[in-house]
Amino acid sequence: MLNKSIAELSHSLQAKKISSHELTQFFLERIKKLDPQLNSFITVTEQQALDAAKKADAQLAQGKAGPLTGIPIAQKDIFCTLGVKTSCGSKMLDNFISPYDATVIKRFNEAGMVMLGKTNMDEFAMGSSNENSYYGSVKNPWNVEYVPGGSSGGSAAAVAASLAPVATGTDTGGSIRQPAALCGISGIKPTYGRISRYGMIAFASSLDQGGLFAKSAEDLAWVLNTMAGFDENDSTSANIAVPDYTNTLNDSLKGLRIGLPKEFFSDALDKDIGNAIQTAIKVYEKLGATFHEINLPNTSLSIPAYYVIAPAECSSNLARFDGVRYGHRCEDPKDLEDLYKRSRSEGFGKEVTRRIMIGTYALSAGYYDAYYIKAQKIRRLVADDFRKAFKSVDVILGPTTPSPAFKLGEKTSDPISMYLSDIYTIAVNLAGLPGMSIPAGFTKGLPIGMQLIGNAFAEARLLNVAHAYQKETDWHTKTPEGF
Amino acid sequence: MEWEIVIGLEVHAQLSTQSKIFSGASTAFGAEPNTQACAIDLGFPGVLPVLNAEVVNMAIKLGLGINAEIAKRSVFARKNYFYPDLPKGYQISQFELPVVGKGYLDILLDDGTTKRIGITRAHLEEDAGKSLHEDFNGMSGIDLNRAGTPLLEIVSEPDMRSAKEAIAYLKTLHSLVRYLGICDGNMQEGSFRCDANVSLRRKGDSKFGTRTELKNINSFRFVERAIMYEVERQMAILEDGGKINQETRLYDSAKNETRPMRSKEEANDYRYFPDPDLLPLLITEEQIAKVRSELPELPQQKHQRFKEVYGLSAYDATVLVSSRAMADYFETAVAASGNQAKLTANWVTGELSAALNKSDMEITSSPVSAEELGKLVLRIADNTISGKIAKTIFESLWNKEGDVDHIIEKQGLKQVTDSSAIEALIEKILAANPQQVADYRSGKDKLFGFFVGQAMKESGGKLNPKQLNDLLKEKLTSGS
Repeated sequence: MLNKSIAELSHSLQAKKISSHELTQFFLERIKKLDPQLNSFITVTEQQALDAAKKADAQLAQGKAGPLTGIPIAQKDIFCTLGVKTSCGSKMLDNFISPYDATVIKRFNEAGMVMLGKTNMDEFAMGSSNENSYYGSVKNPWNVEYVPGGSSGGSAAAVAASLAPVATGTDTGGSIRQPAALCGISGIKPTYGRISRYGMIAFASSLDQGGLFAKSAEDLAWVLNTMAGFDENDSTSANIAVPDYTNTLNDSLKGLRIGLPKEFFSDALDKDIGNAIQTAIKVYEKLGATFHEINLPNTSLSIPAYYVIAPAECSSNLARFDGVRYGHRCEDPKDLEDLYKRSRSEGFGKEVTRRIMIGTYALSAGYYDAYYIKAQKIRRLVADDFRKAFKSVDVILGPTTPSPAFKLGEKTSDPISMYLSDIYTIAVNLAGLPGMSIPAGFTKGLPIGMQLIGNAFAEARLLNVAHAYQKETDWHTKTPEGF
Repeated sequence: MEWEIVIGLEVHAQLSTQSKIFSGASTAFGAEPNTQACAIDLGFPGVLPVLNAEVVNMAIKLGLGINAEIAKRSVFARKNYFYPDLPKGYQISQFELPVVGKGYLDILLDDGTTKRIGITRAHLEEDAGKSLHEDFNGMSGIDLNRAGTPLLEIVSEPDMRSAKEAIAYLKTLHSLVRYLGICDGNMQEGSFRCDANVSLRRKGDSKFGTRTELKNINSFRFVERAIMYEVERQMAILEDGGKINQETRLYDSAKNETRPMRSKEEANDYRYFPDPDLLPLLITEEQIAKVRSELPELPQQKHQRFKEVYGLSAYDATVLVSSRAMADYFETAVAASGNQAKLTANWVTGELSAALNKSDMEITSSPVSAEELGKLVLRIADNTISGKIAKTIFESLWNKEGDVDHIIEKQGLKQVTDSSAIEALIEKILAANPQQVADYRSGKDKLFGFFVGQAMKESGGKLNPKQLNDLLKEKLTSGS
């Protein structure tokens, strides 16, 4: 059951070679045994998982099963799950049991998938190392002294360590692609609007997008088929038909035009990562793709723009956590102001507090034009860069991160250097485009991620391009020792 | 010193939709606390707003009703502030780009002239919940039933120069939103709320003085009182050479005073920015044309028609069109009265309105139907009864004693118009009062009223008054 693709698991379930109960039990046991080393789960929903597996087995027995019926999945603890603690990695929501299911959770449940539990994450999805969690940092399975990346570090580590075959994540500035790269697995952040945000606790609404981690592009395609689609409860959801992503996985890459953004290959890029990308380019050339240098001149502006827009939206999105209706409330508040101040100071961690303050400042009277409006203008320029680029290329390729995983604690005192680890991923969120990270090698025992960026709603093409590479290479089949 | 009063009004009209502006929860008034608030209204983690399409049509209706430009593209913005009855920590409103732009309303002044009051804008927003400050074990309670109720905030220009003008504007707007069917106008329940911006300046000055904003004014009467109080207060300060603080003041109707809530310095920085959860609101020409084609006749058009078609005075027309129900009642009654427009108007605005007021009833639940009132007017016009007798019959109609003709028949109230019968009665009276006849004939003209009174008394008030007058004069004169 270990290292089997989702397609293989699905066939085995349909053929009754294994039961969902066995499969679920298998992963629950791995979690129990191995997760103490990683801390990738905040909540393991053992009983619910076994109940869901039983239901799935009944459906399989009746021949009423779909392709994902009985397949286990781990959910990032940012998605609201009915009757289950949904903490968002924060003390603020440590006592919060969601009264409803997020739309994507509903979709997975209806498809018969089995939720194993809720994965660890940077508090409110703010962070690039998963060290900002109220529940402690997550360790990278490739070396437990290193970070798994963030903010979806728990999901990435869980999939890399084969504690779950697939897991959800969210990506506001790289929170799927960066941990996928650092943990040596495949991750996809679809186009903004492709995945419903209803029930996904908001960090920065105009940038947040749900997505997936798995071992391969093919696995991602199987599960994305269920996760993607229009939701009338989300006004920013795109009412565009979802293709079957598995149909085009094996399309030929002959004549495919791949763009290499000059700005992604500066001196700041780790040498080994640069070399790994060059090697990957050769693989694609062999498959018939052509490479073209492109310019994304505003890339360097995307980090400052992002760190205005995202905190601005977060300062407003997180205002609802006030200790009045749910979540953490301080002991014996003196008055209303005391209730707000202490509940919020006690409930939020340092990074969240920092971003709320930055965002509040950026939106303040007298600063709004200089910060928020300016950042929105940059955002348009960044999007224009991509629009121009996609006139001459079909897909953009480059590194996911400038360097591999760093040591726990290495960057916690230096937020700017932490923010810079998202330099290649953030622009994609500002432009609302789909992006993926797939494994492309190793440096000093740590995985290297390669990023693929597509035009809006070109997820099928991205998965096709990633799958073609994975048929030629075996980086995605490597597993960390001990897991 | 002569001071000029400058008033601008901000009206919050609660739109009469079935469900809330961004969620499917009900908007019905008066339910148990927190029973009409769903996860979206409660601002739970992860929830998202979806705009109720009906509020857009209602905003378009208002825009057309105030002759305003309707924005093809408007934007929802977040107004950020902390308050326990504001679940998300921000209110979804519109800021830079409202759905309705500049428009105006013409109001009728006491002297019969009209004045045009500019409307700056109208925008859509959600209402907050309510804080209940009675003691819940030392804490305040929060009722979020009202949270997310759709509001249209209608902001006027500072064009009003007296409390009377402010009331006239408010009543005109109140009538308009009810005609349009977009707001029930119930001020007690808070469906139609008003804040007033009041300032004073020296007569002749072109610059406005510092203004205060008066809140919590929940009836027409209080609008006038609050403004009057505030004008007096500001005038006293200015006359003493003092300065007005720009501040928000609360009107206390029990004490009839305004007192400060918060000053400009303490004012919130609302940190408005476009709500990333909602797309810009796009309205097409076709959508506007469709709403326009479905608009009812509006008060101003009706006012014009009532004057032209029925020949009514501006005053009568204003009173009759003040509510759609009263205008409809009037038109039904006129049709039944054989087109006695003026007389019908008198009865609707006079006897009927007084009776309704006295019993605190709406015209829609009047015990006297429009058809019956029209019939009553018809019977006055065709001389079946006199105006005086009609009042008695009206009372019987009010008490549901039957229809007009039935009551006339049963109570024998039919007017006597037979000249010979009237003459016979006059002869009888003159014969019984020889002294008075002699006095009259020797010049005591005032005694004419005495004979009329005697005749009416004798006949039970049923004689046609004009015939009685003519014949009586004839008899008294001819006999001399």
